[in-house]
Amino acid sequence: MSKHTLSVLVDNKPGVLARVAGLFSRRAFNIHSLAVGPTEHPEVSRITVVVDVEDLPLEQVTKQLNKLVHVLKIVELERDRSVQRELLLIKVRADARQRAEVLQIVDLFRAHVVDVSPDSLVIEAIGTPTKLDALMGALTPHDIREIVQSGTVAIGRGSRSISERALDRSGAAAASTE
Amino acid sequence: MAKAQDAKADKAAAAPATTKPKPAVPVSQAPTEMTGAQALIRSLELAGATDTFGIPGGAILPAFDPLLDSTILRHILVRHEQGAGHAASGYAHVTGRPGVCIVTSGPGATNLVTAIADANIDSIPMVCITGQVAAANIGTDAFQEADMVGITQPITKHNELVTDASQIARAVGEAFHIATTGRPGPVLVDIAKSALAEKTMFSWPQTFDLRGYHPVVSPHVKSIQEAAKLLATARRPVLYVGGGVIRAGAWEGLRKLVDSSGAAVVTTLMARGALPDSHPQHLGMPGMHGTVPAVAALQKADLILALGARFDDRVTGKLESFAPHATIVHADIDPAEIGKNRVVDVPIVGDLKDIFAELVPALAEEHRKHGKPDLEAWWRQLDEWRKTYPLGYTPTDDGHLAPQHVIQRLGEITGPEAIYVAGVGQHQMWASQFIRFERPRSFLTSGGLGTMGYGMPAGMGAKVGAPDRTVWVIDGDGCFQMTGQEMVTCALNDIPVKVAIINNSSLGMVRQWQTLFYNERYSSTDLHTGHDTRRIPDFVKLVEAMGCVGLRCETEADVDATIKKANEINDQPVAVEFVVSRNAMVWPMVNAGVSNDEVQYARGVAPVFDRED
Repeated sequence: MSKHTLSVLVDNKPGVLARVAGLFSRRAFNIHSLAVGPTEHPEVSRITVVVDVEDLPLEQVTKQLNKLVHVLKIVELERDRSVQRELLLIKVRADARQRAEVLQIVDLFRAHVVDVSPDSLVIEAIGTPTKLDALMGALTPHDIREIVQSGTVAIGRGSRSISERALDRSGAAAASTE
Repeated sequence: MAKAQDAKADKAAAAPATTKPKPAVPVSQAPTEMTGAQALIRSLELAGATDTFGIPGGAILPAFDPLLDSTILRHILVRHEQGAGHAASGYAHVTGRPGVCIVTSGPGATNLVTAIADANIDSIPMVCITGQVAAANIGTDAFQEADMVGITQPITKHNELVTDASQIARAVGEAFHIATTGRPGPVLVDIAKSALAEKTMFSWPQTFDLRGYHPVVSPHVKSIQEAAKLLATARRPVLYVGGGVIRAGAWEGLRKLVDSSGAAVVTTLMARGALPDSHPQHLGMPGMHGTVPAVAALQKADLILALGARFDDRVTGKLESFAPHATIVHADIDPAEIGKNRVVDVPIVGDLKDIFAELVPALAEEHRKHGKPDLEAWWRQLDEWRKTYPLGYTPTDDGHLAPQHVIQRLGEITGPEAIYVAGVGQHQMWASQFIRFERPRSFLTSGGLGTMGYGMPAGMGAKVGAPDRTVWVIDGDGCFQMTGQEMVTCALNDIPVKVAIINNSSLGMVRQWQTLFYNERYSSTDLHTGHDTRRIPDFVKLVEAMGCVGLRCETEADVDATIKKANEINDQPVAVEFVVSRNAMVWPMVNAGVSNDEVQYARGVAPVFDRED
């Protein structure tokens, strides 16, 4: 199995995420991570799905996704032609004695401390899954209290916009029927 | 990467994103104030509906009030919502127009679920209007609340919850558009009671904003040419015809391709009648209970043109050994079918009508350039299989009536102009095997889902859609007991369907598998309705109690006379109970999960295929 990152532009309507996620599970595809949020167009949302799947089933799931009426466009973003990031928040127990050591790791990974209390730190890190794994590895000897991680978000490198063509076309078509 | 983009490119190359439904009757353009319920009924009328099936209830009540005043819509009050769904499906199959059902929230809507799933897998255009609890109560586990959009998401082509009266016309218009274009399918519109009650400004036609919905219609020129080239040079070509040909209304184009190509033709369960059975190139139905020549032709083919078919497991048997020598051309309107089960050499995405319109001249051009291929050896082989392994059946071992004989005579006496509707099980397979279909839209059955109980209500819907054609439902004693109460609906609404209950006192197909694979241990398949049983229910009494004519036939000598008698009753519904042998089995058969090469002509009789050339 290999990981593929799909960017799915959808109508920003209730229940669309459930439709997309449901399709993956009922066709027996395993979602590794999923992130959804608004785009530069208020009526369009963007879902980033990372799936563990071979090429042939990926083609099938893409075609099935395309059949959903609220799915506007699907693009696979290849790792080396896109920027892919995840957000990680880690709560580490650290009193005054351990703090310096933890802060050193934070600096090494260019992460940030976003909350401090007498006996704990919350660290925020952004990066590729590999980098975040490494950070977690480095912090493992310390007392990790809580981890929360976002799904991958991804964007293609260069000036091209994946929403441009999909939305231009539908805008023009809507105008033409009036 | 390329694959994901290609799929989307197909979407981009398609028709405009927005379309208007054609109003069936003239309507003033000025918006008029009315209730959401009135807007719903008006929308159904303007979308072209003339008949609806369903049952009222709390949440949908507001809609049934203006329905009473409609001079366009005939509403048929069924006895169970599943019946409404299958009736709408049967109606859609014979008319080519979407079937419409209107039911209430909660149990009314969940009762419709089986029929929706059935229509979805068999690509039947259907619009289902379900009532929903008032918008303010959604999510509170209110009385008769069920999340229908959630429940039907995997089994509809599309669905939508409407909580605002102003959205009703648009949602209904879109539902008809989506149900009938591209690959047809059921669309559900769930409407909150509050939206039906509130006032709105109604206007029609509505503009659709379906920017994510672009069914591909026109096939690629290149793939058409490639398919023509392959068809012109193949030595053992087979056209594998599926139900898509009937959904697309493309049987005339198919006929032209059949005649000009000289290829062998098989028609799947869903495609029976797409090419007349009397056509000399027609080998019959392929698959688990297909004819030996049809099964063997696919196995030995060097080229298969799959036309509106989906390589279902009931056709392919064990997929890895299906048609091992064949190059595959797959034509379908749904891009997701291409390559789903079998790797395809030449994909053609488009409407089969357009595909035939382009493929037939392209093939003629190939013939002009290179001459027609020599298919003599292929046909010699096929004819030998046809001669050696014709469809047939052995006399029963208990002296009782043979079900195959009943079904065969029913078809012969009634003729090819009638519509035959089968339930699911042995009688379904025999109907497909022993009735000769000469025209499309004359055989309705539940193919993909295998829904027992489909027959009776689907036959009712078929008769409403095609009142001038004789409709014979061929049902089993098991199937009829699931949905037979719709005989009441038929009696009260002047829907004179005919039903043949092939009573073998068993869930016959399951019993056949128990005979073959479970050492004749008949667990829960005895229905006690036939010979030497208590005969509960008494079908004749049951049918008569429902206001219909009930006839019974138990001997071969009476078969013809009973069928003729039933055929003469055209002013009310009639059901004939044929009490048949329970030991009859469906042959040929490819056991589940094995290769089609292992087809058995009869129990323990394997055809000899290795005498090629």
